[in-house]
Amino acid sequence: MTTILDPTDERKPVARQVTARTGTLTGTIGLLDIRKPRGNVLLDELERQLKAAAPDVTVKRFAKPTFTKPCPDDMRRDIAAQVDYLVEALAD
Amino acid sequence: MTETKPGFSLKSLGGGTHAFPTGGSCLVVFVKEDCETCNTAAPVVEALHRAYGDKLKVLMPAQSGEANAVFATRHDLTFPVLDDADCKVSFDWDIEIVPSVFWLNTDGSVRQHFEGFVRAEWQALSADIAASLDLPQAQIDWDSLPAWRPGCGSRHLCPEIFDRLQAAASGEVLRARRIDIAEADDVVEFMFDQGFSDGLPLVPPTPERVLKMLGGTHRAPQDLIAVVPPNMGEATTEKVAINAVMAGCKPEYMPVLIAALEAVCTDAFNIHGVTATTMGAAPVIVVNGPIRDRIGMNKGLGALGSGNRANATIGRALRLIVGNVGGGKPGGVERSTLGNPMKYTMCFAENEERSPWPPLHVERGFNKEDSVVTVFAMTGGPVHIVDQESREPQQVAGSIGLGLESVFLPKLRNLPVDTLLVVCPEHIDTLMSQGPYTKAQLRARIQEVTSRPLSEMVASDTSGAGISKATAEKLGPDKLKVAAPKFAGDEYIHIVVAGSDAGKFSSAFHGWATGEIGSQSVSRKIDLG
Repeated sequence: MTTILDPTDERKPVARQVTARTGTLTGTIGLLDIRKPRGNVLLDELERQLKAAAPDVTVKRFAKPTFTKPCPDDMRRDIAAQVDYLVEALAD
Repeated sequence: MTETKPGFSLKSLGGGTHAFPTGGSCLVVFVKEDCETCNTAAPVVEALHRAYGDKLKVLMPAQSGEANAVFATRHDLTFPVLDDADCKVSFDWDIEIVPSVFWLNTDGSVRQHFEGFVRAEWQALSADIAASLDLPQAQIDWDSLPAWRPGCGSRHLCPEIFDRLQAAASGEVLRARRIDIAEADDVVEFMFDQGFSDGLPLVPPTPERVLKMLGGTHRAPQDLIAVVPPNMGEATTEKVAINAVMAGCKPEYMPVLIAALEAVCTDAFNIHGVTATTMGAAPVIVVNGPIRDRIGMNKGLGALGSGNRANATIGRALRLIVGNVGGGKPGGVERSTLGNPMKYTMCFAENEERSPWPPLHVERGFNKEDSVVTVFAMTGGPVHIVDQESREPQQVAGSIGLGLESVFLPKLRNLPVDTLLVVCPEHIDTLMSQGPYTKAQLRARIQEVTSRPLSEMVASDTSGAGISKATAEKLGPDKLKVAAPKFAGDEYIHIVVAGSDAGKFSSAFHGWATGEIGSQSVSRKIDLG
């Protein structure tokens, strides 16, 4: 482990910040299946409930080639270009 | 005054814990396995232990980790060989050489101390111990031992070990928040993610590096150097050092960086405005005086460009402090429409040795032997002024003037705006070719060749900038015939000399708003302690 000293005035916590909530549910939501067995079942249900709760949102489905490796860069860029939010989902 | 050594508690090879002070008279000998002199001394220490063991505790902190056992077996040592593999006790006792021998009183005060192997010293020690304990002297064949053999450097003085121990010992010196970065994370990527960077990779500011950096200044780590706008963050010496490490500075740059930071954080310089303006201003740092050469700054070939560590990193560190401590980040308070590359770094030294004029700092009231930083808020530059043909002083001075026409916009004149003119040595030679040619003459020549009737400043179909048509009508034709120079006064023209001997290319930095509403150049004497 490497330890470094904070170069700032320390007014912000170092931990990653959660993106500010918009308070509304609009736009395009991506559902990314990481390809674990039955992850699609989980996402099918999530999609069904999302459409029922927020009929105006568009849902797009994506699937990684394999759960054992990170998402390919091209796919990452493609998803970022198509959606406003992404839910990355697994099973087990 | 008798020195008292700090207490310790170390494990022996046998697994038992041995503490110092021992409650009695004690002999402590620091060794490492691969030191030949330690191997010479070990049998002597064993002999002393066997002779005086009941009344004299012998402890041997050994620095070699697993090899300590090899050492003990090699010499059949029967007293406790202690594990000081992390060298903490060696550090605390501040030894330099192994073997390092201490004969100590009951209270831990040092009765006798020597290093290495000087036979006479060891012999005297044995005799002194025997006399003090009222015991017969240890039987040692002194003649079989070398008369003198130097010791080895203590292992804790290896830089990486020493820096670690120093950092651990200075827990109270460093107060900045410590950020632990997991093994799986890349430190450089982490610093990018946290927004610490100016867009280029940073050197990780580990406690060890920051402590080394603090060694470059006499200022205490928690001294407040400046309050940095826009967030009014407190830049202590420690925070300055952290950012200096990230920028790639050497410790000896710290006094220059501190002076530059003090200068930009004055009301006169107004770093808030310089940071915030959509025009995109940045500090340009000029260094004068003996420190230029002492820290290896570039004042000659390529002085305004890349390649010199001091020039590059001092300017960068200042920008990092404004961003990290002051919070002036692009997209936040930093609002430049286009920005400019000087926002990464811009720092150079004046080539005083190649200048016929008093250097900038002397012109501004300092002594020639002072080391001084001067900061200017500049929005553009360096913009070249190319004249390879002029051979007359007035010609080259005229060209320099014409080269400054583009400050803001060529048609605009009478500007209350600074320029920092960097005259190259070949242009200096031409200026001086017929006798002394002063800075005052050069300023006057610049103003002379740039003077134009106000009528040329009136808004037109070509450019709507300048004097509005309505104002022009009010002024009337006679007033519009009055000639105005480029700058509202000679004092806006700042002149230094830099560059190499070959090339007829001077250069100019173009300023921002100056005076009370803008930024005024500030000089600070560098505190060398």
